[in-house]
Amino acid sequence: MQTLRYLLRKEFLQIFRDRFMVAQLMLMPIIQLLLLGNAATFEVKTARMYVVDRDHSEMSRGLVAKLRASRRFVVVGSSPSYDVGDQWMLERRTDMILSIPADFERNIVRTRAAQVQLVLNAEDGAAAGVTQSYAAQIIGAYANELESELTPLVRTASRSDDAAPQASMRAQPIEVRARGWYNPDLNYRDYMVPGILVQLVTVVGTLMTAMNIVREKELGTLDQLSVTPLSQTAFMAAKLIPFWIIALIELTLGLLVARFVFHVPMLGSIPLVFAAAAIYLFAALGIGLFVSTLVDTQQQAMFVTFFIIMVYLLMSGLFTPIRSMPTWAQWMAQLNPVKHFIEIMRAVLLKGATARDIFRPIAILALFGAVVLTLAVRQYGKRIG
Amino acid sequence: MNRNALRAFVVKEFHHILRDRQTLTILLMMPLVQVILFGYALRSDVRDIRLAVVDPTPDHATLELQSRFIATNRFRIVTTSKTPDVIEPLFRRGSADVALVFEPGFASHLRGTDPARVLIAVDASDPNTGTTSLNYTRAVIASYQDERSAANMQVRIVPETRMRFNPTLESVNLFVPGLIALVLVLVSALMTAISLSREKERGTMEVLLVSPLRPQQIIVGKVIPYLGLAFANVLTALLAAWAVFHVPFRGSVVLLLTESVIYTIVSLALGVLVAARTASQRAAMLTAMLVTMLPNTLLSGMIFPIASMPAWLRPVTYIVPARWFIVIARGIMLKGVGITILWRETLILSIMATLLLAAAMRSFKPRME
Repeated sequence: MQTLRYLLRKEFLQIFRDRFMVAQLMLMPIIQLLLLGNAATFEVKTARMYVVDRDHSEMSRGLVAKLRASRRFVVVGSSPSYDVGDQWMLERRTDMILSIPADFERNIVRTRAAQVQLVLNAEDGAAAGVTQSYAAQIIGAYANELESELTPLVRTASRSDDAAPQASMRAQPIEVRARGWYNPDLNYRDYMVPGILVQLVTVVGTLMTAMNIVREKELGTLDQLSVTPLSQTAFMAAKLIPFWIIALIELTLGLLVARFVFHVPMLGSIPLVFAAAAIYLFAALGIGLFVSTLVDTQQQAMFVTFFIIMVYLLMSGLFTPIRSMPTWAQWMAQLNPVKHFIEIMRAVLLKGATARDIFRPIAILALFGAVVLTLAVRQYGKRIG
Repeated sequence: MNRNALRAFVVKEFHHILRDRQTLTILLMMPLVQVILFGYALRSDVRDIRLAVVDPTPDHATLELQSRFIATNRFRIVTTSKTPDVIEPLFRRGSADVALVFEPGFASHLRGTDPARVLIAVDASDPNTGTTSLNYTRAVIASYQDERSAANMQVRIVPETRMRFNPTLESVNLFVPGLIALVLVLVSALMTAISLSREKERGTMEVLLVSPLRPQQIIVGKVIPYLGLAFANVLTALLAAWAVFHVPFRGSVVLLLTESVIYTIVSLALGVLVAARTASQRAAMLTAMLVTMLPNTLLSGMIFPIASMPAWLRPVTYIVPARWFIVIARGIMLKGVGITILWRETLILSIMATLLLAAAMRSFKPRME
C-alpha cells in the first residue's frame, strides 16, 4: 500500500511537470465541446436556389415567392436555361435548382396538375435530403393555396348548374400535425453533447494510459521497476489511477460546459453519471493498458489504440443510429463499451433514467472492465517473465 | 555528397518504418477497415421504422393508409390499438419509433367539411432519426393525399426530385472522400509529429544535427517515407471503395492523386510544426490531435454539412485544409469536374502547403535550445 502511494506520487509528478500538456488536457474538452456542440447538426438553415423559370407566369412567380418567403431558400440566380443552372451546381454556387416547365400555369388551370423539377446537389447527402423535404412541403402548401384560390370559381360554376354533390365531392385535405417526444424542438445539440463527452474521455484516457507504460519501456525505466519489490498489480494500479482521475476531471469540465454553455438538460442524477463513468473508465483505460503490454514504442501504442478507439467510436451510435446498421454490426455493438456508456449518458441526462433503468449496460461495462484488466495484468506478467 | 547523405537518410527512415511490422500492418489496414465499416455499417438513413397505429374507428380510409405504410417496406406496424395510451410505454421501452393517431371518424371527415386530422408522434430522443422518420411518414400520407386530389381534380404540383451526383444518397460515396482526408492526416501529421519528437526525446536529434545533413534535409528525409505511406493509403482506400462498393469515379484519377499529394504536404508540414513546438511524444500527440484531427473531422464538412453551422463558425472552416480537400475529392469523384472548376480550392491548398512548409523549415533551427 505504501509503495503504491509513492508510485502514484511519482506518476502525478511526472504528468504535472509538463505544464503544456496538462494545460492541453484541460483545454481539450472545452474546445472540442464548443466546436462540436455547434458544428454537429444536420439541420439546414438556408439553401441556395437557382430558378429556371420557363413559364414566366403569375403562378410560377408565386411559387418562387412562396419558397423565398419561407426564409429557407434564397434565390442566387435565375435564367431560362437549365444548363446554366447545372453549371452553377457544378461550381457549387447553388444547392438546388428549381425548374418550372413552360406550360406550368396552363396545366394547373386546365388539368389542375403540373410538374416542377427539383434538382439537388447530393454531394452533401444529409443536407440534400433535408432541403428536399422542406421544398416539397412548401410546394404542397402552395398547391393548397392555389386550390382555395381557384375553387370558389368552380363552386359558383357548379352551383349555377345546381350540381350540389359536386361541392361535397371536393375532398377535404388530411391535416397532419407532428410532435416529437422527449426532445420537442428536435435539438440535435442536446443529443450530441453527452455522446461527445464520452468520446472525449475515451480518447484522452485510453491514449494516455497506453502511451504511459510504453514510455517507461522506451526510456528503459521499466526494467528498473521490474527488479524492485513491487507487485504487478500495484504497478498496473499506479499506472491506471492517475489517468482515471484525469479522465474524471475532464468529464467534470465537460459536464460544466454542457450545462452552462449549451444548457443541456440534466434530468437524471449526476452522481449516477459519475458512478457509471468510474466503471466505464476502468474498461476504457483497461484497453489502453492491454495495448501497452503488446507494443514497444509510443508511436505503436498511439496507433494501435487509435485504431481500436476509432472502430469503437464509429460503431457506437454516436454519429449514426445503431438500428440502421446491418444485424451483424448490431451484434458487434453489444460488445462495445463506448456504445453502452453513450447510451447510459443519454438516458440519464436526457431522459432522467434511474440506476435500475441502466443496470444492464452498467453490468456489461463492469464485466468488460474486469476481463480487460485481468488480461492486461496477465499479459504484462508474461512479458516480463 | 549531400545528396547521397540525404538518400542514405531516407533509406534509413524507410527501414525504421518497415521494421515495425505491427504499425505498418495497421497503417495499411486502417483505410481498408474504415472503408468497409463506413460502407456496411454506417448509414445515416433510417430503414426499419416501427409504427404504432391508434385508430379509434377503423374505416376504409384508415385501413387504406395503413396498407400503404406496409407497402413501403420501410415501415412495420408493431401494434394497432383503439386508444392512444399505448404510445407512451412503447416509446419508453424503445419498441416503436413513430405513432400514427387517427381522429375518430376519419373517413367521414374526409368526405365532410372539416379537415380529417391525423397526428404523427415520433420518438425524437435522437432528433436525427426522429426527423427522418417523420419525413418518411409525411411522404406516405402526402402521396395518398395526392392520389385523392387527382381523383377529385384538385390542384396538384408534383415535384419531381433528382439527387444530382449521388442519386441513391449512398453514404459510402459521401464518406470516402472525407475518409481519405482523415487517413492522410492521421498518417502524415500524427506520425511525423511523433516520429520527430521521438528523436528529440531520445536525444538522437542532436546526433542528426551535427551530421553533414542540413536541418532542412533532415526534415525532408523524415517526411518523404510518410509521404510514400500516405500515398499507398490513398490507393488502398480508393481501390476498396471502387472494388467493394462501386463508388463512382467520374473524374481524373491523376488529378485526385496530385491533389492528395498537396494535401499530404500540408498535413506533414503541420506535423513538423507540432513536433518543433512540443517537448515529448505525449505532448506532440495531444497537440497534433488538437490542431489536426479535431478540425479536420468536425469542421471539414465530412460528417456534418458546413451549411448547417452557425454563421460565426463557417469562416473558421476556411483555415481547415480538409475542408478544401473534401470539396476537391467529392468534385472529382462524384461530379467528374476538373481543374477548371476546382482551381480555387487547389490554389488555397497550394498556398497553405507553401506557407506551412516554409514555417516548418524555419521551425527546426540548426541548434537545439
